[in-house]
Amino acid sequence: MEGGVASQLRSLGHDARSGILGRIARGELGVLQVFIALAVIWTIFQFANDRFLTAVNLTNLTLQVTAIAIISIGVVFVLLLGEIDLSVGAVSGLCAGIMAVLTVQHGWSPALAILVGLLAGTSIGLINGFFNTYFGIPSFVVTLAGLIAWQGALLLVLGDTGTINLPPSIITDLTSTFYGGAIGWTLAVAITGGTLGVGLMARRRRQKAGLEPPPLAGIVLRTVVVGLAMFIGIAILLSDRGVPLALLILLALTGVFAFITQRTRFGRHVYAVGGNAEAARRAGIRVTRVRMMVFAIGSTMAAAGGIMAASRLIAVNQSSGSGDVLLNAIAGPVIAGTSLFGGRGTVWSALLGALVIGSISNGMDLLGLQSSVKFMITGGVLLAAVTLDSVARRQRAQVST
Amino acid sequence: MSPRMARGEAESSGNGNGAPTEHLLALRGFSKSFGPVRALHEVDFEVDSGEIVALVGDNGAGKSTLIKAIDGVQPPDTGDAYFDGQKVRISDPQTAEKLGIATVFQDLALCDNLDVVANLFLGKEVVDGVPVHVLDEVDMEQRSKQLLSDLSVTTLGSVRTQVGSLSGGQRQSVAIARTLIGQPKVVLFDEPTAALGVAQTAQVLALVTRLKDEGLGIVMISHNLEDVFQVADRIIVLRLGERVATFDRKESTPEQIVGAITGADTAEMRRLEEESQQKQSSEE
Repeated sequence: MEGGVASQLRSLGHDARSGILGRIARGELGVLQVFIALAVIWTIFQFANDRFLTAVNLTNLTLQVTAIAIISIGVVFVLLLGEIDLSVGAVSGLCAGIMAVLTVQHGWSPALAILVGLLAGTSIGLINGFFNTYFGIPSFVVTLAGLIAWQGALLLVLGDTGTINLPPSIITDLTSTFYGGAIGWTLAVAITGGTLGVGLMARRRRQKAGLEPPPLAGIVLRTVVVGLAMFIGIAILLSDRGVPLALLILLALTGVFAFITQRTRFGRHVYAVGGNAEAARRAGIRVTRVRMMVFAIGSTMAAAGGIMAASRLIAVNQSSGSGDVLLNAIAGPVIAGTSLFGGRGTVWSALLGALVIGSISNGMDLLGLQSSVKFMITGGVLLAAVTLDSVARRQRAQVST
Repeated sequence: MSPRMARGEAESSGNGNGAPTEHLLALRGFSKSFGPVRALHEVDFEVDSGEIVALVGDNGAGKSTLIKAIDGVQPPDTGDAYFDGQKVRISDPQTAEKLGIATVFQDLALCDNLDVVANLFLGKEVVDGVPVHVLDEVDMEQRSKQLLSDLSVTTLGSVRTQVGSLSGGQRQSVAIARTLIGQPKVVLFDEPTAALGVAQTAQVLALVTRLKDEGLGIVMISHNLEDVFQVADRIIVLRLGERVATFDRKESTPEQIVGAITGADTAEMRRLEEESQQKQSSEE
């Protein structure tokens, strides 16, 4: 319409659509895209410092990303609604603080203290959800208020001491337990076999029902990729301290919540509300209830992540959950493809995103970079990821019109 | 004057005395005000099985208000509703759905981020397993394919396509098919062909006709008289919140309808009114 420029732009857009860049721009490559990014990051850091891809460092990396990845699982749920939770960092600190105070100062059993810490998170999530749904306050504002208030609550809970050190207990065991070959290899075999078995069973069920079965090659490829990752990963971990319990917890939580989002009615409703809340309401979905539950999951997972962080630090202090915890927990899933605009993304993006951010942070630590540089680079990566998300959204909108 | 019209008018004059049992859905004396604005005034309405009733009128005539009163989104201030001869109170959308009244909305209440199957079964997912409700994707996909092929919706390609990437006509087909998951008896359409191209409009109208052939009662709001004359059996005209005329499609012309919509006092209108008055007085 505006002559040459417009048509040129259109043809550019058309070219991009068919090429691989176009698919990246529309966010269609999904997980593969993140793996490519991860491979690039690892290669760069390995060239910069050959200690990066050692068993010791990779084990450290695993332990470093666990807490953030667990918080990110909750963040994914909130993002799927198209909402945001800025209080996850503060909540992770507060709930770890509650747990620490109960077990250290009040002599509660560690297990009970962990449970109460988690329930504190759930309650905070319900409060967030209540203000968001009943008063219609944007989650941005509710959780921003929460960020400040729960930070204050942490200071209150910790009292004059400021720091509470955790004696050895099951709380510290969470991140200091390592398993040997027996459990490691069993796990690798079970997960690889499970991937194949579930894939084949689903395929047979579709065949029986007369539906087009998924290609066998896809199932085999997925099994091979998962199997390789599992066996190589376990081999590396075993050559250092062993398979960390923290990793098992992380994988189990990711698996369970991935199942909930992809395979259950509740998960479907979360996507529906995030995609078109009005359509969901008209379809008879109880939108308010879904929102409340999502905020509850978000804050509960924040509490769980906070507890893992406390376990690794062997202490809770006034800065627990502050600093870059919030930024990283939200940036991770977004970098790994979960949309800030709601309705698109997976729980796996929590794991992968935490791995990307953790790798960058870990690599920069190995290189001895200043905090100033680290913050700026992490911020840059986040901006790049969100830009990609926005471009993908616009491309999709163009395709559908 | 058609026999059908005669019956409708006769009942109107009776104005709600005794249940109008022979209709699938009948409304008597529906009124609704928004503050000082009278959106509906003593409107009677009826639709039968296997019939398409077009609801026409100018902007603000009360068409959408009437639809919202029927599907429970905005219950009327006063008035009685009869479904299958039973007096009912449609106080909310859930009640309407339970009765078997489904609505296809003007703005296509679909989730762009979900695929066709997920949209068809939205809010009515097939699950197995308690307490965890695991989706039965295979069953839902099978039933989706069956439903779409029953409706001769063949342009979709895969039922696993995200709805966001479909064309307007395809989306409308999905929206219409979705209402049938709940096996309704009455389907309300709010401007089903607005913003659609020629071919897509034909596709949607064919779909609407197919629903009628299956014995459903169809109520369709439309601004497009061409569409109305293509599929409707009866045409009910609303003006300023009142039902001003009812036409049998086969025995009326677009000019008559336009006259009734705008309130233009044509000779034809006068003749019709006189006829109906005579009929009423003769019955009395």
